[in-house]
Amino acid sequence: MLKIDDLKKKYGQTRALDGLSLSVAEGELFAFLGPNGAGKTTTIRILNGLTRMDSGEAFINGVSLAERPLQAKRLCGLTAQHANLDGELSVRENLDVHCRLYGLSKPERRRRIDEHLAYVEMEDRADSLVKTLSGGMKRRLMIARALSHGPRLLFLDEPTVGLDPAIRRRIWALIKKICLDGVTVFLTTHYIEEAEFLASRIGFINEGRLVSAGRPQEVMDNLGQWAVDVFGANGSETRFFRERSEAGSFIQSSNGAGSIRRVNLEDAFLKLTGRRVK
Amino acid sequence: MTSLLAVYLREMLILRRRLLRQLLAMSVSPLLYVLTFGLALGGSVVVDGRSYLEFLIPGLAAMSSMTQAFAIAGEINVARFYLHVFEEFQAAPVSRWSFVLGETLAGVTRALLAIAVVVLLGLAFGVRLQYGLAFWGAVLLNSLAFASLAVGMAMLVKTHADQALLTNFIITPMAFLGGTFFPLEALPSWARTILSFLPLSHASKAARDGAFALPTSFFPYLCLFGAAVSFFILAVWAVGKARD
Repeated sequence: MLKIDDLKKKYGQTRALDGLSLSVAEGELFAFLGPNGAGKTTTIRILNGLTRMDSGEAFINGVSLAERPLQAKRLCGLTAQHANLDGELSVRENLDVHCRLYGLSKPERRRRIDEHLAYVEMEDRADSLVKTLSGGMKRRLMIARALSHGPRLLFLDEPTVGLDPAIRRRIWALIKKICLDGVTVFLTTHYIEEAEFLASRIGFINEGRLVSAGRPQEVMDNLGQWAVDVFGANGSETRFFRERSEAGSFIQSSNGAGSIRRVNLEDAFLKLTGRRVK
Repeated sequence: MTSLLAVYLREMLILRRRLLRQLLAMSVSPLLYVLTFGLALGGSVVVDGRSYLEFLIPGLAAMSSMTQAFAIAGEINVARFYLHVFEEFQAAPVSRWSFVLGETLAGVTRALLAIAVVVLLGLAFGVRLQYGLAFWGAVLLNSLAFASLAVGMAMLVKTHADQALLTNFIITPMAFLGGTFFPLEALPSWARTILSFLPLSHASKAARDGAFALPTSFFPYLCLFGAAVSFFILAVWAVGKARD
């Protein structure tokens, strides 16, 4: 569904993307993880035509973004990191303008708007002004808007940033539902638990390059099953072990200074990049 | 075509929500100019055999068409820098010329409302002129030129504050030097030559000639048409530039 090959982008002297290559299969929920400034948002901006790439290629369902951008854009939906809605317009008007941008006919617009408002459980707010909605509702509306023209690939850029845990869970359920309905999802997130909960595959980006990709469990298994956090005079260090007994022996040999836990995705990221996920 | 209409419709929905406020705002400056320049200062002034107020009203219509058409830049800036709605247009399958035309037409619509306000204000003060094709053609072309310029400038500026600077350096001087308040023929020839490069000078002359039912010259219309086409091309180019 998505293929990126050797994508490069510089802002002045800063390399935002430095030969990024990756692919996402149809029906996948791909989580793109990385620290601030790693290139996640630049990738999404390029793939949605908001920023120009310096070099490289990107294909959406086989359609070249560089050669046929309008056709490629029809296949995509985007939920940006910030709430880019018209506060002075109603929920329905926001969706209507969006559907018109994608050239949908009047009956089709009406049908899809009603359908997607129901999908995100916002039918009762159709005529409310967007500026009166809560943060969680705005996020759901943005997802409904991104889906309303029937994209094959949905980009979600930090879809739950700034939301409380209950609303975050609700958005997660919605994202799962979208994927089950056959839409391929490309998600960027800062939240490791979000990627763990949602993703069928993850990719780690650091300094504009993909440093690892695979199923969450595969990525974690590469490190081992168990982790021991050792706290010493020089700070903390994490060691990884295949077996729990090996981890226990290590703690004993370290005079019991350390704690055993399961390996998680943050460990994988730290190991791969040497940086904390912020 | 539908995407062009979507861009236009969005601006119209916003305008509809603010219509009363907008009309009041559009009335303030012309009313003040009519009271201060038209009645107080120019009460006893006669220009080419007409009262100063009669001279002023078509010029104010041309000036309002410029300022209100250019004001669409402010709306685009808000959509771009604060609401980030511009990203919606960038991510959608909307061609650059569709976006520019949609926003330009929105600017022209605002301008036409402002011109109607000036005409009604003139009528309220007893100024009855010929508002025929020659008059409307001039102000419409002027609106098209400045709305296109506004879209282009809105794409090229990096912050909303830059936009305010552009208004101060381009629009405000033009409003005072473009033949709104005094006949350009009163100036020395070198000054007339310089001011002939301003689209508003041609719009004021053509609108005034039309409103006074004087013989029409095609030259001002040709200049305005040329400016509108040039600024439109600039705007289409600038939309692509905004991606960087």
